[in-house]
Amino acid sequence: MNLDTLYREEILEHWQNPQNFGKMRGADLVIEQVNPLCGDQVTFFFKIESGKIKDVSFEGSGCAISIASASMLSGVIKNKPIAALSKITGKNVLSLMGADKNSFPPARLKCAFLSLEAVRKIGQMQAD
Amino acid sequence: MMDKIRQDFPILSRKINGKPLVYLDNAATSQKPKAVLDMLVHYYTKHNANVHRGVHTLSQEATEEYELARKVVGNFVGVKDTGEIIFVKNATEALNLIAYSWGRNNISKNDEIVVTVAEHHSNFVVWQQLARENGAVLKVVPVDENGEVDPVAFKKAITSRTKLVSFFHVSNVLGTVNDVRRLSTIAHRLSPKAVVIVDGAQAVPHMKVDIAKIGCDFYVFTGHKMLGPTGIGVLWGRRELLEKMPPFLFGGDMISKVSLSGTSWNELPWKFEAGTPDAAAAVGLMAAVEYLEKIGMDKVREHEVELTRYAIKKLSAIPEVEIYGPLPRHSELDSESRSRNEFGMTNRAGVISFNVGPIHAHDVASILDAEGIAIRSGHHCAQPLMNFLGIESAARVSFYIYNTKEEVDKFIAGIEKVISIFKPKLTRIVSPNVSEYSHNNGRRIRI
Repeated sequence: MNLDTLYREEILEHWQNPQNFGKMRGADLVIEQVNPLCGDQVTFFFKIESGKIKDVSFEGSGCAISIASASMLSGVIKNKPIAALSKITGKNVLSLMGADKNSFPPARLKCAFLSLEAVRKIGQMQAD
Repeated sequence: MMDKIRQDFPILSRKINGKPLVYLDNAATSQKPKAVLDMLVHYYTKHNANVHRGVHTLSQEATEEYELARKVVGNFVGVKDTGEIIFVKNATEALNLIAYSWGRNNISKNDEIVVTVAEHHSNFVVWQQLARENGAVLKVVPVDENGEVDPVAFKKAITSRTKLVSFFHVSNVLGTVNDVRRLSTIAHRLSPKAVVIVDGAQAVPHMKVDIAKIGCDFYVFTGHKMLGPTGIGVLWGRRELLEKMPPFLFGGDMISKVSLSGTSWNELPWKFEAGTPDAAAAVGLMAAVEYLEKIGMDKVREHEVELTRYAIKKLSAIPEVEIYGPLPRHSELDSESRSRNEFGMTNRAGVISFNVGPIHAHDVASILDAEGIAIRSGHHCAQPLMNFLGIESAARVSFYIYNTKEEVDKFIAGIEKVISIFKPKLTRIVSPNVSEYSHNNGRRIRI
């Protein structure tokens, strides 16, 4: 584990000032994801137009890693077609965070992937 | 003496992330002294056989060891009748045994079950589930600012319809030590037919407990938090109650006679010990008890009170840190000359939960882990209490006999490091940049 990767400037910046943070009024879809191990939770709000993520926001409580990954992920998926969401991998999220799977101890990988699990649900939902 | 104690615990010489291990997660599980590890090896190399089964020498030896463990463990908590000491897997299983065997048969529609908001999930979910299944009412008593059960609310909650009252002896989050004797008396006075259960998982490892003097009906605790192996816990119950209760699990060892038309049950305590028990773990727990007795439970408690007092004094000097649970007044922290009973620490076990500003407990724990320091973070299996306190998670340190003031100093230095990593970011307010949203600032920035 490397603290400098785990808590580098960009991650702390997103933790302090998360992008797309807040409740969305009139969202088309709301997905809540809980990490039962620690009780952390994140709720994603989506506005969907012609198969695309027109807008996205999230709120939740969690550690710097989970908030930063939610913030970064929300920026990336805006205006993306829903079909693309289920293709996002854990590796994608880690590289967004400037990390790889060795940067985090296993317990903290769950924090990094909490939002990904929420976002993947919408992709799967649409596929069904 | 401390050096000698530390040498008894082989794991304490480990390095974690290149630093000497500082193990401050004892409320989750304790480390094991060599005496316990040796006993496990001794049992398996000299006496291993199935207990209560054979007439051969080894089986008799294994049985003798297992039953001796029951006697020694019972003695340790003031119980003379070994029939009342039932070996189970852990405290959770002990509570489930009560809920299934006594609860399912004695709790009826509209009966009341009383617990507190500060219970570990193991002493909460079982009763919530029982209430749901049998149509009973679950009443949850609040705790006061010290984490002690609010006596007024407690009295108000218990009525003539109350059939079961269950509460913690020591809180796994706040470290609060309940006056379990007084609470048991109150519960029995207000509802004589109610059974009173005490969850002693965090008490027995750390202080002298005399179950006979508490006046409760059931008391549960677990071995792995008191230097013993995992997989062994104890349910104590009053004989007259246990005798009326049906078995919880069915199978071998718990029967007296089996025929095609029916089966009769074995005597106490074996009626409740179906299948091959973890005899090695029971014998390991006996070694743990003997080790603790050699040190003396008063010494154990004294050592932990001192460490806790020292840690609280240091922690409260850091402005970013918020501590939960009973606190001594500042004047008491500084007056070294006062007697221990006046430190304001007598109602707190060696458990301190806290948060560092808006920094999540997981981040605190990760940074400390990089320093070799093991602490707990999260909801501590006590989500109702977390909600009650208005927090989502907390960091927690918990001490045992092998911890030292030097380790507390390392922990405090770790907290300073956490603050230094996050410090440049602690001064600004979270300002969501999505202006059309109604913002709900779930995170409080107070620094």
